[in-house]
Amino acid sequence: MEIGFTTAAYVVAAVLFILSLGGLSGQESAKRAVWYGIVGMALAVAATLIGPGAGLWQLSLLLILAGGIAGWVVAQRVQMTEMPQLVAAMHSLVGLAAVFIGFNTHFEMVRVAGLDDAGRAVLDGFAALVAQKSPVEIAILRVETFLGVFIGAVTFTGSVIAFGKLAGRVDGKAKKLPGGHVLNAGAALISLALLLVYLQSGSTLALIGMTIAALFIGYHLIMGIGGADMPVVVSMLNSYSGWAAAAIGFSLSNDLLIVTGALVGSSGAILSYIMCKAMNRSFVSVILGGFGTTTGPAMEVTGEQIAIDAEGVAAALNDADSIIIIPGYGMAVAQAQQSVSELTRKLRAKGKNVRFAIHPVAGRLPGHMNVLLAEAKVPYDIVLEMDEINDDFPDTDVVIVIGSNDIVNPAAQEDPNSPIAGMPVLECWKAKQVFVSKRGQGTGYSGIENPLFYKENTRMFYGDAKKSIDALLPMIE
Amino acid sequence: MKIGAVREIFAGENRVALTPDSAVQLQKLGHACVVETGAGVKAGFSDAAYAAAGVTVLPSAAAVITVADVVVKVRGPEPSEVAALRKGQTLISFFWPAQNTELLEAAKERGVTVIAMDMVPRISRAQKMDALSSMANISGYRAVIEAGNNFGRFFTGQVTAAGKVPPAKVLVVGAGVAGLAAIGTSTSLGAITYAFDVRPEVAEQIESMGAEFVYLDFSEQQTDGAATGGYAAPSSPEFREAQLKKFRELAPELDIVITTALIPGRPAPKLWTEDMVKIMKPGSVIVDLAAERGGNCDLTVPDSRIVTDNGVTIVGYTDFPSRMAAQASTLYSNNIRHMLTDLTPKKDGVIDHNMEDDVIRGATVTHDGAITFPPPPPKVQAIAVQKPKEKPKEPTPEERRAREAAAFRAQTRNQVLLLAVGGGMLLLAGLYAPASFMSHFIVFVLSCFVGFQVIWNVSHSLHTPLMAITNAISSIIILGALLQIGSGNWLVVILAALSVLMAGVNIFGGFLVTRRMLAMFQKS
Repeated sequence: MEIGFTTAAYVVAAVLFILSLGGLSGQESAKRAVWYGIVGMALAVAATLIGPGAGLWQLSLLLILAGGIAGWVVAQRVQMTEMPQLVAAMHSLVGLAAVFIGFNTHFEMVRVAGLDDAGRAVLDGFAALVAQKSPVEIAILRVETFLGVFIGAVTFTGSVIAFGKLAGRVDGKAKKLPGGHVLNAGAALISLALLLVYLQSGSTLALIGMTIAALFIGYHLIMGIGGADMPVVVSMLNSYSGWAAAAIGFSLSNDLLIVTGALVGSSGAILSYIMCKAMNRSFVSVILGGFGTTTGPAMEVTGEQIAIDAEGVAAALNDADSIIIIPGYGMAVAQAQQSVSELTRKLRAKGKNVRFAIHPVAGRLPGHMNVLLAEAKVPYDIVLEMDEINDDFPDTDVVIVIGSNDIVNPAAQEDPNSPIAGMPVLECWKAKQVFVSKRGQGTGYSGIENPLFYKENTRMFYGDAKKSIDALLPMIE
Repeated sequence: MKIGAVREIFAGENRVALTPDSAVQLQKLGHACVVETGAGVKAGFSDAAYAAAGVTVLPSAAAVITVADVVVKVRGPEPSEVAALRKGQTLISFFWPAQNTELLEAAKERGVTVIAMDMVPRISRAQKMDALSSMANISGYRAVIEAGNNFGRFFTGQVTAAGKVPPAKVLVVGAGVAGLAAIGTSTSLGAITYAFDVRPEVAEQIESMGAEFVYLDFSEQQTDGAATGGYAAPSSPEFREAQLKKFRELAPELDIVITTALIPGRPAPKLWTEDMVKIMKPGSVIVDLAAERGGNCDLTVPDSRIVTDNGVTIVGYTDFPSRMAAQASTLYSNNIRHMLTDLTPKKDGVIDHNMEDDVIRGATVTHDGAITFPPPPPKVQAIAVQKPKEKPKEPTPEERRAREAAAFRAQTRNQVLLLAVGGGMLLLAGLYAPASFMSHFIVFVLSCFVGFQVIWNVSHSLHTPLMAITNAISSIIILGALLQIGSGNWLVVILAALSVLMAGVNIFGGFLVTRRMLAMFQKS
């Protein structure tokens, strides 16, 4: 009864997971979709505990509960601006778990191989499954285990570094050890060689060696990617954690693991692709780190940045009929989303058309800005995507840019030599007036000069984003 | 140096080139000021006011000209005035050198340096001394006021207990400084204001003043105002026809027409023809600011106001700034003062006539006994040349269809290719791999496929929740750990237990955080 029941539960769980991901197509259906995911997960775990994973089930339950409490506490406490770090940290857990499980599989293989026929006959659980495998199947199992550990290890260190960078504990600038990508390639080659060794001998040492190489790749790969590319990195790691789960699923012959891992893996891959497309860069160039090489000197930026004070901005806002706000990472850093929301509420109460323009790579996580604005209770139907709003800028009276830089850089369209040439950007300079809220005169994260700040219709509103917006609030009447 | 202002002798001229206020400023530059008695009376500045500002009041023009090193005036000098000037003296006034060649010759003969306020180049730096603009601004304002004076109704529409009043409809032709000033005045009085100009690039300025730009149905590329220093250039006969046709269409509805169209160095273009006047409503008013140069309207009589047979009033005054002498004198004397500031760079009362300076060179028409008119083109261009706006070419339906068909073919080819390669690889794997692996592999491939299909539909704004939920779901890896935890090997048990713990954190943390995020999304 167990096998049939477990399989049936797995099928139901797989369907629920698919529905859960599909439900994210709209804000309302998404609320239902989470429940599908939760029920699916509960079903899968319960079915496994009753069926094939019944050994030491009390311990399992206890550990799940302990972990659950920890997870619950973290989930309650985390600030919405810290979401990128949290997601990265969670990926590292999945990666590490994959490594451990892969090693377990290996240990079981070693143990089973060391037993005689009589010993094999009394095995149960996973070991019994291994015992029944033919030599070809053992070889395949070794490849699968090896892959699972490799991807898991890369995910683990990669996520840890991504977490460090997003949390500001590791310097966000792209850094590489001397040797650069040759080191990565070398580590990958070593892993490949060790795979061949492992296939032949099943040696534990080869597996450990590969794990170290993979941990290094994860570390070095993500160290070499700058902070502005983090949305791609996070979604890529998301994808890896899925592929790791799928590889483990193969090695354990568990279809639900395979299905779910494949779902997560492809979801992360598509997200990465969408992010790359939004930056007009190939996935490879993002992963290899840094910006692509430029073909010539960047266009000279002439003119000066003209500052304006809160009174000036407030006067312009009071006169304007249509306003577009472009938030960026700076808004998240300054925790200004509540003030922005309050400003929006006041302006809308006066009958002005206030909308938000969100660039796909604004922030450090796909959809980062949407979540922050939602937290601050900005209605989602005035938060628009780049393609939806880009044509509306010429008819807009005032654009407020809050802590974004590259995503509003006209050089992407005007200067073929710019490092970001060809990247789709929000064409805010076509509006009648642009106010840029920015801490100081420096270039942004990417270090690219932004001609927008020098345009005639641009005024710089210097200062911390939250303080600046708060200063505006009493003057809107 | 002594700066001297004389009384204007041109009949009806009320302005004065020096006011008590500007005299105070000039004295700060180190200059002394003298003025002819009664020079400012018509503009409202008494001799006492001048004396109070430290200006010496002299009894006659001759006395002023004798003592002054620089003579400032509003109107261009009469021949008698030129004759009174001496060698080395500087005259600053309007001069119109192109039209007054004889006067120019006379000034040269006398060895007088003449700075013509009408020749100040139109560059940003010289705006503060651009007397043409400051006077045009007054003309534009006054034109609307004169129109209102002759118009029997309100400008603004009103609904009163005694009945409804329709708003006046005003057309301003020519959106130069005077035109824009007229538009501003007219809209602020509440009239419905239309405006027309041959330079399409001023449409934005017109709309910014609150008027509606009258577009012509005409595709010919208009000359860019930037090439002519911001002034209009003559238009082609076809364009003119299109323009007149539009005016004829508008004429019966209009209450007030203010024409300000001038082309530098030419008589005013005839834009408001007799037949247009005939079809206008009785009581309508035309104010022709171009009257001095012949008028934009066929029927304009310069310097007078006439009423046509069908009751249309045509105002052809040429002295609008003089009609607001106090205001005009204040602005004009400031222009002169700024010119003198540039001429006195060290602020020590010594005039340094620097012929290298674009502005001074441009405005100087005679200097050191030579005629220096016309000036060379200024080194700084007045207005940045507008980039021609390129229009993306609309693809014809055939082109579009062809492109779509090509895209469709390419897509099909790609898909077929991918399917063939993928299918081939699957078959190849199937030849060698055992059946147990293949069954899992098929599940894997199908799941990837389902994943790709599903994720494309996820809304952009939900990408963060998507990451959180996929993260939670990827902790399905807990199943692997649960399967292994029952093993007899203590190492395996420990590792599996750790994995279960970590996955547990992930499951709860991931789902809860997703729920928290989704609960925040609200519709307005």
